[in-house]
Amino acid sequence: MNKRDLLLEIGLEEMPARFVTESMTQLGSKVEEFLNEQKVSYGQVKLYSTPRRLAVLVQDVAEAQEDIEEEVKGPAKKIALQEDGEWSKAAIGFTRGQGMTVEDIYFKEINGVEYVHVNKFVRGKQVADLLPALRDIVVGLHFGKNMRWANNDLRYIRPIKWLVALFGGEVIPFEITNVETGKTTHGHRFLGEETVIDSPAAYEAQLEEQFVIADPAKRKDMIRSQLSQLEKEQSWTIPVDEDLLEEVNNLVEYPTVLFGSFNESFLELPAEVLITSMKEHQRYFPVKDQSGKLLPFFVTVRNGNSRSIDQVAKGNEKVLQARLADADFFYKEDQSKDIDFFLSKLQAIVYHEKIGTLSEKVGRIRRLSAELGDLTGASDEAKEKADRAAEICKFDLVTQMVYEFPELQGIMGEKYALQKGEDREVAAAVNEHYEPRHAEDGAPDTLTGAVVSLADKLDTIVSCFAVDIIPTGSQDPYALRRQAAGIVLILQERKWNIALEDVLQTAISVVKKDNVGVKSEETLLEELVSFFKLRIKHSLQERGVRYDLIDAVIEGRVGAVPSLFAKADVLMARKEEVGFKETTEALSRVINIAKKAEEPASIDEQLFENEEEKELYQAFLRVQEGLQGTDKVKEQFDLLGSLQQPIEQYFEHTMVMAEDASVRKNRLSQMSELASLILSFADFNKLLVK
Amino acid sequence: MNIQEMILTLQKHWSNHGCILMQAYDVEKGAGTMSPYTFLRAIGPEPWNVAYVEPSRRPADGRYGENPNRLYQHHQFQVIMKPSPDNIQEMYLDSLKALGIDPLEHDIRFVEDNWENPSLGCAGLGWEVWLDGMEITQFTYFQQVGGMECKPVSVEITYGIERLASYIQEKENVFDLEWTEGFTVRDIFYQPEFEHSKYTFETSDVDMLFHLFSTYEKEAKRQMEEGLVHPAYDYVLKCSHTFNLLDAKGAISVTERTAYLGRMRSMARQIAKTFYEEREKLGFPMLKEKGEAEHE
Repeated sequence: MNKRDLLLEIGLEEMPARFVTESMTQLGSKVEEFLNEQKVSYGQVKLYSTPRRLAVLVQDVAEAQEDIEEEVKGPAKKIALQEDGEWSKAAIGFTRGQGMTVEDIYFKEINGVEYVHVNKFVRGKQVADLLPALRDIVVGLHFGKNMRWANNDLRYIRPIKWLVALFGGEVIPFEITNVETGKTTHGHRFLGEETVIDSPAAYEAQLEEQFVIADPAKRKDMIRSQLSQLEKEQSWTIPVDEDLLEEVNNLVEYPTVLFGSFNESFLELPAEVLITSMKEHQRYFPVKDQSGKLLPFFVTVRNGNSRSIDQVAKGNEKVLQARLADADFFYKEDQSKDIDFFLSKLQAIVYHEKIGTLSEKVGRIRRLSAELGDLTGASDEAKEKADRAAEICKFDLVTQMVYEFPELQGIMGEKYALQKGEDREVAAAVNEHYEPRHAEDGAPDTLTGAVVSLADKLDTIVSCFAVDIIPTGSQDPYALRRQAAGIVLILQERKWNIALEDVLQTAISVVKKDNVGVKSEETLLEELVSFFKLRIKHSLQERGVRYDLIDAVIEGRVGAVPSLFAKADVLMARKEEVGFKETTEALSRVINIAKKAEEPASIDEQLFENEEEKELYQAFLRVQEGLQGTDKVKEQFDLLGSLQQPIEQYFEHTMVMAEDASVRKNRLSQMSELASLILSFADFNKLLVK
Repeated sequence: MNIQEMILTLQKHWSNHGCILMQAYDVEKGAGTMSPYTFLRAIGPEPWNVAYVEPSRRPADGRYGENPNRLYQHHQFQVIMKPSPDNIQEMYLDSLKALGIDPLEHDIRFVEDNWENPSLGCAGLGWEVWLDGMEITQFTYFQQVGGMECKPVSVEITYGIERLASYIQEKENVFDLEWTEGFTVRDIFYQPEFEHSKYTFETSDVDMLFHLFSTYEKEAKRQMEEGLVHPAYDYVLKCSHTFNLLDAKGAISVTERTAYLGRMRSMARQIAKTFYEEREKLGFPMLKEKGEAEHE
């Protein structure tokens, strides 16, 4: 079969860098999806993107769709044939509908009934006739942010400037916002010219002649190798932040790395400030010496060649110099004030109009930190540190530096706190209380940081729930899910065996004292527990725990997070062991039958009728005592496992639903007590055992 | 090239591209966007191409003439074209060439920047234009003005004149820039910079300003009731500047801030809507004229 290459390029005004790669991938997969749906065979797919273009090259696209031969089932034979042996209207209609005649009919039996069948043959269409539908793909791309321009109704990432659509040497005709497809693409905005693509395969090479490196991976490699060459020449280390490299790569069509310097005196600024100024504001790579110390240089990537590169470097130096002078000014201003000055400013900052000021929030974080100190049995010294850390944890939000560089919240707080003579751990907590900052981040290192972090996050979640800011679907503007996951992580890593319900209740009392929201404490607790259960489920899933095991441990009261995690781990470890199935079945049986106990009463040993009843009761007492005596989850599980045999023996010889009402009630009561003991570990009924 | 020559160059450039050259609007404002030549004219279907220099007052940026980069009042060169021309980026780049900035000698980039002015209910998408790492221009496709969807879309190009001049003239300090031969920015603007800063941060009468704000607000609303869009809008601008003075003095708390912005936004929305209706009543005359011209 004949084949041709297919090229589709969308020329745009500069796209936002953050959307380029994703949009390119989307274009590629939508084109592939289209070819697959249309049953058009094709070979390799190559994707291209720059700030000004998204393109896909599909090699060896068949010129015609695949022919289709299929067997089509029609009416039953008795309907298809009239009594006189002629074809019925139904049969004629069916064959016509398939583009065939009654001559083509044959019969085939399905479940003992004969049906009319035809072998239908559909010749594939010419692909060139199908391809104008690529227009729908171009128009249908989804972008994070869309705009309109001129008189057009189309919402798109940026205005469309040109369209190249080629099937072999032939233009695929369509038009979008008055831009018609053609063969002409555009080179680099300043270094290149328009160029006519006669053959899709030549696309990449022709663009390169026009100073456009269309393959983003190749462009990135160019940047990397220029960076390492610079490292060698200057004996520098240029740490490559992959996110920054990705962004920079999508800001250029033809990369040339260059460097500049700044005044050495600015090295007195905290490294984070220098790095943020360079990275976030200017998209520069900071430069370090071999020992990892910042040097007064920066590296940037120009969209162009090396012509007048010194002038470009000089311009960039001027900009950075001005930015650093600003930062230096803010830094000195902040240093001239004390922490109390900033704390008093927090009173005027509204955290949320329904929740109150930042100052009020800080008050709650303090009270909650104290309560958490009690719950975790912290020492007096630890409580004192946590109190101070809680008091000052937000002060840096009103410093000039954080106002200019919001991403430095916490980091500046720690620096300034140290400079003002705060305790080392207290200062660290000002930074750490934001941890974990993202899904891959760890919990705070210090005890103080962990307590304040917990208090801050609890206050945020509980206050928000109190005023009905509850995450739904993709809506979670205050990142409450992430913060809940943070709480779970901290409780887990610190191995704080305090019941989640108690922690939440404590936080609720603190928040309600400030009259936040009108919900009752009971409603709040209920909403919060189910919200947290979902977060815990999620954490356990990430841990690789099987879903039925998750269901088993999360049923009922959550209790202490570390022991919940340990239970899940033990079940995961034991589930393949010999005897796990039998144990589970025995324990489940008790749980099930206990549901019939309507009014469980205390157990009367006098009503026991056989040895097995007595033995199970003894086993129950032993296990109950044992469980109280150990917080080792493995031992707890083994203790419960030791119930298996007595339970099996019991059921073999005992009818729980005895005729005698008092005996029956006593037995149900025994089952009920035993069941609550088992359920305090996990709901074994939820486990799937083969 | 001194500032005066820069302005003349830009005026000539955009005039050649069919822009009406306007003069600065005579009410205080924080940005060229707030001029009725932009805010009102971006509304509705009538074509509109203008260019003008707008002195923009940002009381909070006042630094007593001491800071090399910040000014109480700086100058913007503002271009509005509706509908946005297809080759607007090229027109803009040509204007840089006219200013002597050869793109081959520099690194010019269009970096995503979405713009929003909540006090006027405006939003747009576009870029900040970087010249060797320095932001020299805001380039915006208006999507919404005064809470109304823009159809057709206007493009707004705002050059920061002092910023650009400091690059062209290679000056570290804005006050050293040459305005025209023999005159620097310092000669012309140092005293007002100092005095306005002192006024803003020290001697302004907060009670009077609060009083003025509500007086202006009342008058704006009253003129709205009369259906007089332009006088009403002038008073909204006055509200905005008064608010900026109060804000710079730290007289407005965060909660109040939101409330004040809300009050101005609702007036701006109302005015935008009325302006559209008034133009509609007139049959969008500039649309008609253009149609007739094409007819001939």
